[in-house]
Formats: sequence, structure tokens, C-alpha cells
Amino acid sequence: MTVAPKREAYDVVVIGAGPAGLAAAATSAEAGLSTLLLDENVGPGGQVFRAISSTPVTERDQLGADYWAGAELVQALRASSAEVIHRATVWSLDRNLDIAVSIGGASAFVKAKRVILATGALERPFPISGWTLPGVMTAGAAQTMLKSSALVPDGSTVIAGQGPLLWLLAAQILRLGGRIDRILDTTERGNYFAALPHAFAFLTSPYFAKGLAMMREVKAKVQIVSGVTELFASGDGQLGSVSYVAGGKREAIPADLLLLHQGVVPNVNLAMAAGVEHRWDDLQLCWSPVLDASGNSTVPGIAIAGDGAGIAGANAAMVRGRIAARAAVEALAPAAAAKLAPMAALRSDLAKAERGRIFLDALFRPSPQFRIPSGDTIVCRCEEVTAKDILDAVAIGATGPNQLKAYRRTGMGPCQGRLCGLTVTELMAQARGKTAQEIGYYRLRAPVKPITLAELAAVPKSEADVKAVVRG
Amino acid sequence: MFKRSEQDKRPPVQIFVDGVAVTARQGDTVSAALLASSCDARRSTAVSGAPRLPYCMMGVCFDCLVTIDGVGNRQGCLVPVADGMQIEIQKGKREIGR
Repeated sequence: MTVAPKREAYDVVVIGAGPAGLAAAATSAEAGLSTLLLDENVGPGGQVFRAISSTPVTERDQLGADYWAGAELVQALRASSAEVIHRATVWSLDRNLDIAVSIGGASAFVKAKRVILATGALERPFPISGWTLPGVMTAGAAQTMLKSSALVPDGSTVIAGQGPLLWLLAAQILRLGGRIDRILDTTERGNYFAALPHAFAFLTSPYFAKGLAMMREVKAKVQIVSGVTELFASGDGQLGSVSYVAGGKREAIPADLLLLHQGVVPNVNLAMAAGVEHRWDDLQLCWSPVLDASGNSTVPGIAIAGDGAGIAGANAAMVRGRIAARAAVEALAPAAAAKLAPMAALRSDLAKAERGRIFLDALFRPSPQFRIPSGDTIVCRCEEVTAKDILDAVAIGATGPNQLKAYRRTGMGPCQGRLCGLTVTELMAQARGKTAQEIGYYRLRAPVKPITLAELAAVPKSEADVKAVVRG
Repeated sequence: MFKRSEQDKRPPVQIFVDGVAVTARQGDTVSAALLASSCDARRSTAVSGAPRLPYCMMGVCFDCLVTIDGVGNRQGCLVPVADGMQIEIQKGKREIGR
């Protein structure tokens, strides 16, 4: 079942089979370039189109038309000559565009003329007291189980946080007959004013009507508490209750399952490890890669498409994938670019898809107290390091995330900082009176996902490799 | 915590969790199958022994680490179930040699 890449070198290697990666690979292959698409999941779709070719949810309305749009992308890819490998974890990409990928417990190596990173986004850390308890998950996790296994919550369930995904998930859970006891909306009241100047673009975007209808659908069935300013999960070895403060009033409710969500942020690990320059985005409160209008990064030959290029949603991701692929075709086989949609048309599609985004960013900007925890709240889930531990380390001289590793091992566990990195940057910036840009991020290196020593040792070695380390 | 929707018509797959037979569905990941089952799937962490269950289900948090067919520290949310698969809930660190 597990198949290694057929060739040692490709014109274009696309990493990630979500909306951007599917569109990029199909476009590049359509223009005749040798194209390889590597993806970590069992099937195509990424997160937004998760399980698009295998979902057991047969009643199409329950997942919504936006979800099924993913099927066309998969069809286009399958009709193309692109080679696709799933359950393939890319663990190294460097400036020479050499790629190492783990497939079925063995590593393969391929070289590319161009790489399009479409590694997407992950949910922003939501470090509240008790977020490591069994029974606390991300909203995205629940949506993944809903799409790929038709599983829905059936115990007492609380959803907390903010953002479009939260409402979409709630609507989908209800449509599939799942249970939601309460939704705790953490959107800051002041955000409505901050977002107001950008409202026109949003009101005239397709998101507006869809979002409104979905919120109405959910509000008719679930109790919503808005203006939640504090949130705690507690229980003995397992989530037992969720307590919160709204309008100055504290309340606690029993819960088996708490689903958290406060937006998504670019998944930067592979791009950063490849040396792509990133900058702190003050609006989206995350690291975004420095890119030109075609998605080309600061490393020649590496482009980034999709939410990994800055959060803009699935529609923008598809277009960004086509733009990055077209740019690759223009560079490698200019004559073939004539077959593809013209760049000007793609750029206008992108502007349309990005319409209303600033409004969403401003409205759903997460509050400081849900980004920058204090006291005994765990920041680094892998190494179990609390906010207080980190502040203590700052007090005795830790200046940034990389020194902090030596003090507390934050970011050195298996997740490699994916679940703590943003929190550590913002927490240290606040403690030291610096900007997030000045504090910086973990220095990321290959392997960007853990692989076994046995797998490394089994890598084919040349005589020169052996001579380099064996004496005599 | 989770239940299966009635429209799910996928064929059953039998896996074993700490030796006990559990019925999953074809296409489930190991983590989804564990969360849908009635077994106590809480692992304990390598650092403090604290109980955990999967958090992200998309391959980034590593809270779903589990021993599959004798190989430790697998991300259960990325591995599809297969008939006869032996799952062990991991307590503490991965053991040397597995």
C-alpha cells in the first residue's frame, strides 16, 4: 500500500493536499510539468475538505455545499498526471530543494526544481486552565471526527471561543443529531467597533449571508452566552465541569466535552525549517511568511500557497495554489503557461476570495487573556511547562524562545512548538516589554516531525557517506 | 463522549485495545476508534504521568500517542485501523526497543 516516489527528481513537488495543494498540483501537472503531491493524511482534502472522497456522511446538506466543492478539486487532480502519495510525512526540506519524506516507516529522498508548500493552518493555541484534561479538544478535532467518521458529541458538551469555524461546527453537529449544551462566545465587545470600518467589504462578500444563516440555525437550538471574559476547565483526571465569567457573573456547568476554538494560524514548521523568512502579523497575531504576489518566499524555488501563506480561507487557498503553480510553470516551461488561466484573472479571483477577511480578523481577534495565560496554566503541553515557569525563567535571564528551551525545554517535545510557540512568543514579549517580532520564534530544524533512529539508520549510504564518519 | 451517526454504513473492523476486542469502522483512525469506543483510552504523559486524550486529531499535538502493533509513539490520529490491529494505551515514556 505504501509506495515510494517513482522518480528521484520532479519539476514541482507540492506538499499538502488541502485546497491549495490540490489546486497547485493539478495546475502544474496540466501544464505538463512532472509533479509530485505529498500528503500526510489518509486521503485528499486537508482539513477543510477532510475525508472528501471517503466521508460516511451521505446526507450532503449536513456538511454544506462549501464542503462538497472539494470533490471537484480532487477530480481535477485525479484527471491530471500528477503523482500523489498519501500517508507521506515530509520531515526535511532545505535550500537546495532536497526533500526527505517518511512513507510507511522508510524514508525516501526527492529533488525538486520548485516546491510549493501547502501545509495549511492549525488551530491557535487556547491555553486556559485545564486545557490538557481528557475531554478538552479543539473544535477542529470534533469536525475532523464528524467528517471522517460521522462521529458527534453525545455527552454534555460545551463549545467555547469565537470565529466562523465555531459556528459551522455547531451547525454540523446539530444537523447530524449531536448534542451541544451551551456555546460560550469569547468575542470581545470592543472588537465590533474595531471591525466596523471594514464591514462594507464583508457585507458584500458571500461569507455574510452564509454566516448569518448558520448563526441563526444554531441560536434557535442552543443556549449562547456572549461576552465571556474568563474560562476554566476542571475535573479529576477527566473534564468534569467548565466555569466561566460573563458580564461579571461567574457560572459553572457540568461537561464531558469542551471544544475550544479561537481561529487558525499558519502551520510554519516546514517553511521555517527550510529557512523561509517569517514576520509577525499584528492583525492576525501570528507568524506569516514573507512572500511576493505569486507566493514566492525568500528561499529561491520555494513558494507558499494556502493558509500557510497567511489565513484567508479555502477559496483564497485554491486560487493561491493556482497562482503559485502558474508562477512555477512560467519559470520552468513558459510556453506551457498559455494553457492555464491568465495571471491577471487569477489575481482578480484572489481579490474576490479575500474580500471581507480584514473584517473577520478584526472581529474575531482573540482577547489577550485567552492568548497570554498566567499562573499554573500549562503553556507547553508536551513538556508540561506553566506560564509561571516561563515568567520565572524570564526573571532569571531567559531572553527569548530559544534560550527558554535551555531553561525549561518548552517546544522541545514531540509537537515541536506547534501548540506552545505563539503563546511563548507573546508571553515573553509581554514580560520583557518587547514586540513579538523582537522576541522571535523557536529556531526550527529538520526533522520537522519525529522519525525513529532506525529509519534514519536505514537510509541508503554512499561510500563517501561512510568514509565521512568511519575511521581507518 | 462521541456517538456514531446512523447514516454511517461503513463495514466493521475488529481491533484489540489492550487485548480487548473493539469494533471500529473501516476508515476510522485509531484515535477516532478509541474515542468512539467505551474503553478508557487515556494515556499518561512521559513527563508527569498526567492523563491525556487526543486534542487536535490532525497530527500536530501528539496527545494521541499510542502503541500500534508493538511500535510505540505512533500518532493514532494519522493511522487508519486495520483488522486485527493491536493497540496498547501508552503509560509514560515509550519503552526502549518498541
